[in-house]
Amino acid sequence: MKPQRFSPAGVALILGLAFLYLPLAVVIGYSFNASKLVTVWTGFSTRWYGELLADSQLMAAARNSLVVALVSATLAVVLGTAAGIVFARFGKFRGRTALAGMIAAPLVLPDVIAGISLLLLFVAAEQTFAWMPGRGLFTVIIAHAGFTMAYVAVIVQARLKGMEREIEEAAADLGARPGAVFLHITLPMLKPALIAGWLLAFVLSLDDLVIASFVAGPQSTTLPMVVFSSIRLGVSPKINALATLIIVGTLVLLAAAAWIGRGALKMKTPRL
Amino acid sequence: MTSVIRIAAVSKRFGPSTAVDDVTLDIRENEFLALLGASGCGKTTLLRLIAGLEQPDSGAIFIGGDNMTGTPPYARPVNMMFQSYALFPHMTVADNVAFGLKQDGISGAALTARVKEALEGVELETLGTRKPDQLSGGQRQRVALARCLAKRPKVLLLDEPMAALDKHLRERTQLELMALRARLGITFVVVTHDQSEAMAMADRVAVMEEGRILQVAPPRELYERPANARVARFFGDINLWDAAAAPRRPHPAGIVAIRPERIHMSRTPGSDTVCEGTVADVAYLGTASTCFVTTTTGLTVRVLVRSDEGAPPFTPGERVYLTWPASAMMALDP
Amino acid sequence: MIGTAWHRRIVLALPWLWTGLFFLLPFAFVLKISFSEAALSVPPYSDFFAYAGGAIVGLKANLANYQLLLSDALYVKAYLSSVKIGAIATFITLLLGYPMAYAIARAAPQRRNVFLVLVMLPFWTSFLIRIYAWMGLLRPTGLINSALLSLGVIDEPLLLLNTPFAVYLGIVYAYLPFMVLPLYARLEKLDPALLEAAADLGAKPWRAFLGVTLPLSRPGILAGCLLVFIPAVGEFVIPELLGGPNTLMIGKVLWSEFFSNRDWPMASALTVVLLVLLVAPIMLLQARREDAP
Repeated sequence: MKPQRFSPAGVALILGLAFLYLPLAVVIGYSFNASKLVTVWTGFSTRWYGELLADSQLMAAARNSLVVALVSATLAVVLGTAAGIVFARFGKFRGRTALAGMIAAPLVLPDVIAGISLLLLFVAAEQTFAWMPGRGLFTVIIAHAGFTMAYVAVIVQARLKGMEREIEEAAADLGARPGAVFLHITLPMLKPALIAGWLLAFVLSLDDLVIASFVAGPQSTTLPMVVFSSIRLGVSPKINALATLIIVGTLVLLAAAAWIGRGALKMKTPRL
Repeated sequence: MTSVIRIAAVSKRFGPSTAVDDVTLDIRENEFLALLGASGCGKTTLLRLIAGLEQPDSGAIFIGGDNMTGTPPYARPVNMMFQSYALFPHMTVADNVAFGLKQDGISGAALTARVKEALEGVELETLGTRKPDQLSGGQRQRVALARCLAKRPKVLLLDEPMAALDKHLRERTQLELMALRARLGITFVVVTHDQSEAMAMADRVAVMEEGRILQVAPPRELYERPANARVARFFGDINLWDAAAAPRRPHPAGIVAIRPERIHMSRTPGSDTVCEGTVADVAYLGTASTCFVTTTTGLTVRVLVRSDEGAPPFTPGERVYLTWPASAMMALDP
Repeated sequence: MIGTAWHRRIVLALPWLWTGLFFLLPFAFVLKISFSEAALSVPPYSDFFAYAGGAIVGLKANLANYQLLLSDALYVKAYLSSVKIGAIATFITLLLGYPMAYAIARAAPQRRNVFLVLVMLPFWTSFLIRIYAWMGLLRPTGLINSALLSLGVIDEPLLLLNTPFAVYLGIVYAYLPFMVLPLYARLEKLDPALLEAAADLGAKPWRAFLGVTLPLSRPGILAGCLLVFIPAVGEFVIPELLGGPNTLMIGKVLWSEFFSNRDWPMASALTVVLLVLLVAPIMLLQARREDAP
């Protein structure tokens, strides 16, 4: 069917996309505004970027967020890959439905629920085991790996299901042991899914406010936490600059991923 | 002749359905055996059981005299060419071929030599650096073949090797496979649903239906002396009659069969006429026509009439007289 | 086929262990603490048991939090209003998302991916930033009001920010991709020949849509609605930043119980009830995912 040029659905699509992008465009535009009054345009300037970089509190939080995102995304890829393999390749086993439910629940579970429950776990662990370190970045890492692994699992599972079983069987038939099949065949073929999964986990971790607010230790404030307490007080040009950097950074990251693992972009839409 | 593979009373079930049902089969050294049957008859499962990709529920599989029941696929001296070819999409042609050799610990110059030899064997030596998605269907099939043959298996298993090829490529590939087998002197086991393909290539054909083997025999024997009506139906056109209703009844019970090309049809009665009837329909096939004749007793008889017999072609409504030698009739179990 | 028994076991053990430790166990603690009392201690809740000389002498757990939760109108209202806001916002998202998904599914194949990427891209950029962007637009001195004022449409700025309107807008904006994706997945699989057959049989386009397209896309509608509704009900950031003091949502109440009042047991009880409320929709979503091919 040929798309009609001005079908009602087509108009809705254009309006919907405009709805999605206009606010972001405005933020980016105003980040270059010279005026401190966010809405009055007084001229092009990059002074807010300078102030942003000079804000040591923000920079420290950004560093924390990067560390958390890097480590938790990597952990999420390992866990999510295991879960994806279990669901795509292990057929029926006892408790499959229950496990599937628990793995996938964080995709939709409100963040406040995940945040409070994990915090109570960490507090109880601190009380019970004297050797447990207090809450800090590592508790955020665990919490983030837990909810981002769900996304990785979905992506990996979809990729494995789309992959012919015969390819792995051919490798076994040619003499490869299970470990070698996984290392030389399954893993390389999963590469686009792993890249997409890692990126998604990384971005989601970088973005999380609610869960981190619950589980982070006093010395381990993350970037969204600082941003949140700042924008609660209102709109500020410095945050506009930060938002611009985040938007541009995400785009660069995605473009790089698309370039490194061709096919990764196609995979990035998890089938929910 | 010694058997290179012995399948002894093997059964395999998938849930409620039985894919392979108590099959016993000896595959001889250096033979070209075809497993023939409609889709879902269990022929591919049987092949996968030999490869070790499935494990039997009961029975045993011997390869080269060793009991290989339970042995994983990577430890079996057989290799399989998959219907989809299952080429590793992330590896070059040469790496695909080298994969199986590397698993055997072959490396360095020996590896390079073996890969080169295997690719030369299928005339793909110039395409070693390509990826599978840069090859044509025929080329992909030959890579899959080379990948198996590089391992120098005792037995090569081929699952519907022609299924993904164009018609004109199929006939050429058939000849190539037969030549290859003659040159290498290894056993080929081919799964196919195409009876003409099985007849053309195989030394022996095992006809399967519903998980069981109906008959194992050379193609000529299958055609001329089918074990039962189900096998007979598989190979070409045939008239199958209930013995009680058959003209010139040789047996009192069972099913009587006769090939349409063994029946002679003429417009005039003769001393040897077996029955007479009316031409109901004519299907023109080029070199011959199939005529459907309704006899005076109400039986429908298919008759193959060659186009070069000189006489004007038969037309529906004509009165005709049929005859055939008694030896052309076969008594079959249902 | 992958792997022998012990390979399998390790791969299976990993997700089981993780979910047991960091999914099931936390909920057990939430449940446990929801039965205790707030206390001026570290951590700020009473013990489950009463101790005397190192021995358990009694159970201190009680149902006080749940009694308060049911008797205090604030909590009940917060739940009801969350469900209402979630449901209405989900419906608006569906009304906007359906035609978008439909248009993408009917676009030329090479354009489809471009549109899909465009719909998904905002999901990859920061959620917080996207909500923040609306704060800037909706403020009395924001772009929308300035534009309307300078065009002379209005004489004084409209109150847009910190209103229920802003909360609905925020939810629709933030969760739109989650609606479009499953709808698209469903609509894309729809064979155009079905609509041609309907037309051939005499159905007008809107009849064909109501009789063929809409019923066949129902699984997508259900999935999309659940994917928006479930997280929206427990949303905190959107009502906090875009809503006003009168916007009552359970996520906000829970947050303030926890962080402002430091009443962890009450927050736990609120969490338990929210979870119970969401179990049915989550299981519905899960059932759909499991029988997806």
